[in-house]
Amino acid sequence: MTRPVPGGEAIDPDVDLHVPAQRAEPQGRVLAAIAAGGALGASARFGVGLLWPAGPGAFPWATFWINVSGCALIGVLMVLISEGGRSAPHPLVRPFLGVGVLGGFTTFSTYAVEFSGLLDAGRAQVALAYAGLTVAAALGAVWAAASVTRLVAGSAVRPAPGRPGGRGRG
Amino acid sequence: MNWLLVVAGAVVGAPLRYLTDRAVQSRHDSVFPWGTFVVNAAACLLLGGLTGAVLAGAGSSGAVPLLGTGLCGALSTYSTFSYETLRLAERGWKFLAVANVLGSVLVGLGAVHLGSQVARQLFA
Repeated sequence: MTRPVPGGEAIDPDVDLHVPAQRAEPQGRVLAAIAAGGALGASARFGVGLLWPAGPGAFPWATFWINVSGCALIGVLMVLISEGGRSAPHPLVRPFLGVGVLGGFTTFSTYAVEFSGLLDAGRAQVALAYAGLTVAAALGAVWAAASVTRLVAGSAVRPAPGRPGGRGRG
Repeated sequence: MNWLLVVAGAVVGAPLRYLTDRAVQSRHDSVFPWGTFVVNAAACLLLGGLTGAVLAGAGSSGAVPLLGTGLCGALSTYSTFSYETLRLAERGWKFLAVANVLGSVLVGLGAVHLGSQVARQLFA
């Protein structure tokens, strides 16, 4: 059904069915961790929306910054989980923080509805700016955060000169 | 009160995203992240439907925090979408990375419109 993807880590950070342990049916505690993380992330998003409501026809800054910051954080998280450490992280770290908190915090559906709403309101320029800037800033954030974390985590776990062995993949 | 509705929706939405993602990923053999693509499109369809229903005057005051902010918000994800796009680009699948961005945004927008139109017909 699934062949190994060449080059190690899979594309989907949430579901990696090439990892044998993840092919097992999800346990209740994994789903509970995702639900708890999702509740936290969505609560934070709800709070930001209350503090920073978008007026009709205006650029939805709250959702913009929620999505951009969530993308930066998943860049940090995924590098730390998959590349940064010598020991494997706790098995519930990725479900709770990655799938739950960050997945629940960021939202694609609100982004699309806001994009659509701005178009319907005749604010085509704001709509296109919102759609394009979110994609560009989100991708820039995940790339920059992953790159910086790789630099920092890489230098932290690099073995001392002259000693045999290198860092293993966590 | 609204916060509790958001939590109730998210407690369902986040695990539902994970289970849908798993179900889709186990049914194809490509590197394209169809799981996240499908779950984001489905959430856009639902949230478009909810928006259309509210505009048509249907739905109670709790529907938006429960189903919109909570369920659809947690069902969809921008963080996984952007991380997958980064992974595709880093691994040399530049075309798939661009296709994932354009496809997700255009299908998401189309799903919002479809959901909204259907709901307006139903609740008009």
